[in-house]
Amino acid sequence: MSEKKIDEVSGVPTTGHEWDGIKELDTPMPRWWVWTFYGTIAWALAYTIAYPAWPMISSATKGVLGYSSRQELATTLTDVAAQQADLRAAIAEKPLDEILADETLRRFATSAGAAAYKVNCSQCHGSGAQGSAGYPNLNDDDWLWGGDIDAIHQTIAHGARSESDADTRVSEMPAFGDILSADEIRQVAAHVASFTGTPSDAALAEAGAQVFADNCAACHGETGGGDAALGAPNLADAIWLYGSNEAAIAAQVRTPKHGVMPAWQARLGDPTVKQLSVYIHSLGGGQ
Amino acid sequence: MLQCENRETAFFALFRIGETAMRFGTEIVLVGLAAFAALAAAGLAQDSAFQAHMWVLFFALLAGLVVLMRNTTFAPAGAASIPLQADTNGYMDGPVRYGVIATMFWGIVGFLVGVTVALQLAYPDLNIEPWFNFGRTRPLHTSAVIFAFGGNALIATSFYVVQRTCRARLFGGNLAWFVFWGYQLFIVMAATGYLLGITQSREYAEPEWYVDLFLTIVWVAYLAVFLGTIFKRKEPHIYVANWFYLSFIVTIAMLHVVNNLAVPVTPFGSKSYSLFAGVQDALTQWWYGHNAVGFFLTAGFLGMMYYFIPKQVNRPVYSYRLSIIHFWALIFLYIWAGPHHLHYTALPDWAQTLGMVFSIMLWMPSWGGMINGLMTLSGAWDKLRTDPIVRMMVMAVAFYGMSTFEGPMMSVKAVNSLSHYTDWTIGHVHSGALGWVGMITFGAVYYLVPKLWNRERLYSLRLVTWHFWLATLGIVVYAAVMWVSGIQQGLMWREYDDQGFLVYSFAETVAAMHPYYVLRALGGALFLIGGLVMAYNLVMTIRGYQREEEPIGGRLAQPAPSLQTAG
Repeated sequence: MSEKKIDEVSGVPTTGHEWDGIKELDTPMPRWWVWTFYGTIAWALAYTIAYPAWPMISSATKGVLGYSSRQELATTLTDVAAQQADLRAAIAEKPLDEILADETLRRFATSAGAAAYKVNCSQCHGSGAQGSAGYPNLNDDDWLWGGDIDAIHQTIAHGARSESDADTRVSEMPAFGDILSADEIRQVAAHVASFTGTPSDAALAEAGAQVFADNCAACHGETGGGDAALGAPNLADAIWLYGSNEAAIAAQVRTPKHGVMPAWQARLGDPTVKQLSVYIHSLGGGQ
Repeated sequence: MLQCENRETAFFALFRIGETAMRFGTEIVLVGLAAFAALAAAGLAQDSAFQAHMWVLFFALLAGLVVLMRNTTFAPAGAASIPLQADTNGYMDGPVRYGVIATMFWGIVGFLVGVTVALQLAYPDLNIEPWFNFGRTRPLHTSAVIFAFGGNALIATSFYVVQRTCRARLFGGNLAWFVFWGYQLFIVMAATGYLLGITQSREYAEPEWYVDLFLTIVWVAYLAVFLGTIFKRKEPHIYVANWFYLSFIVTIAMLHVVNNLAVPVTPFGSKSYSLFAGVQDALTQWWYGHNAVGFFLTAGFLGMMYYFIPKQVNRPVYSYRLSIIHFWALIFLYIWAGPHHLHYTALPDWAQTLGMVFSIMLWMPSWGGMINGLMTLSGAWDKLRTDPIVRMMVMAVAFYGMSTFEGPMMSVKAVNSLSHYTDWTIGHVHSGALGWVGMITFGAVYYLVPKLWNRERLYSLRLVTWHFWLATLGIVVYAAVMWVSGIQQGLMWREYDDQGFLVYSFAETVAAMHPYYVLRALGGALFLIGGLVMAYNLVMTIRGYQREEEPIGGRLAQPAPSLQTAG
């Protein structure tokens, strides 16, 4: 059985072993294979001399290049910080109107603000700042608390209805479900809908005008234009935070939802809040 | 022959509590006790997940008990202690037959769950809370394809191969049946555990401590059967396929035990804490994780390749010397390569360097297997045209070669800094898992089924060709899409603007992946359909049908007589 034969097809001798009819040729290892294998071993040895590699008793060999991934990261971060140092210092120092006026600072702050936005703000306001139900769209010119650079800065720095910040934006629309009758609420909702469209029932909307004047106009204005100083939304621009149909409006009159936004000053520091303000201001609706 | 059997009987007598005249007597007592223990554990459970899991175990064991008791007889032991299906050739092929069916079944399950999780990634609404969210279905998919499909394929083929190449019946009598059924029970416990939310959060080692302990027992039994068969072999030498199978069994035992060292919170609870902490824990996990790839998905399946390719093409193995060198180089180098999964982490630089250079050195030892597999076809290349099974095996080896080049390349730190954590890794794994592991298993199963059920041939070779193209197309779509999405993902993550700030939010990179995730699900679906075609073909073969058909492309001219010498 252990007889070496020549394989007729390849002309190579077999090893003489056989298992369940399987024989083995005694072909030498391909030279290219052997030399590539040696090559990878040589490369591996060279690499371990150059870089940290072999564990010793208390630490590992450092490698002749003195490389360390921590050091590499620290150097990269230091380099970037050094490149940005002057601009960051200028942003920290200067008031917002001067930053906006300076082309270089404005561009830097916009980029920096965009990056900070992606990490901190996009979760609620969307990665394109497009907002969603309950979370304002930041691209349009409808601002709850004002759209000039200082108002935006104030909102970001102190948040809205934030429990941790004494200077936070607060507006508390009363729950009119306790004040008005169900009919009055339906009437006023129809009236509000009539600012920007056709109400479901013209007579209902007509009846709501008086309810609106008595209860709502003080904050939202006679024509529903809102008041950013009070945080009273504009009801006449067809932009809705909690839905545009009369049922949604009625629900908001009955038991208003009050959105909360964190105060970012303490968490991110003023320079970043300034950068965020510049970025938000640049999105299209800035005043 | 006689001598061996006597020794075997004597060995088993040690485990018997007195000679019983009852068929499956010991088994019935043991399974019954285990079922009672599961019931008791359900009663004493400290958490609801453990309780539910113990009920699952109880009912699984109860079902086993009922089957055993229905098959029992009280005839004298000698006459009745015969395996479920008698084999005329002297080999024990019952567990192999069951294993082939289990491979087919779990394969379909695993591919189906794979398509499901792919769709869950593309359409998050398909996450059904809490049992079928991605966090639970993903390990269900990975374990189903690696351990259930791959594991059953390895156990079944290793039992088949070791008997033929040792010319010896499986050692240990019904122990092989325990290995088969024990392994199925492990799969059921692992899978139901994931869906119940029981996990130790170690990738590819998710089952909790009690399932791990049970698998250890099954695995030691597997080692005993395999090694015992090698010990009583009637061939002077051990065939290369068995070296690979043995290295797989031994190393997996070691990896499984060390990586799962953990302290349970209570004996009747599902939670345990790892013995390792911090970066040591991460390194242990990836030492395990990488070698699960190296020894489960590579060494084990190389064993399969070394038997089924020479058999199917009927040619000698290309190079004995290459097989020795690449075997030892492969198993020596693979075990050190795990740290490349932890580049640029808290793992010390020196360990990262070693993980990388050992991965580079692994390139040629891996390719040694590819060369031996492909070059075994020399003198029989015409079979690529005529035999779709050979085509499947060659495609498997081609994907093996591609993946084992891609792997060392991705372990280079500069490449890894782009590819790490991206879909590129997923694409790489699947070109290995679908291309190499899947295709070589399909080839082996197509070879085995007619032999195991004494059929002249498969039901249909045309269906094998269909399966080949569906699977190949599926893999190509899958891998290509994952390359594109992975590289795009990596580039988006590291995109800085000219002021030095990151350009994309993470959510934007996720949204950008959507079209690729849809295409990936399509690739997976093609592979699944191929699997279903295979299942139909195999079921028809087992039932004894033969489809009358012309080969696809008509009958080819026969090869010149000078090429028909082998055999």
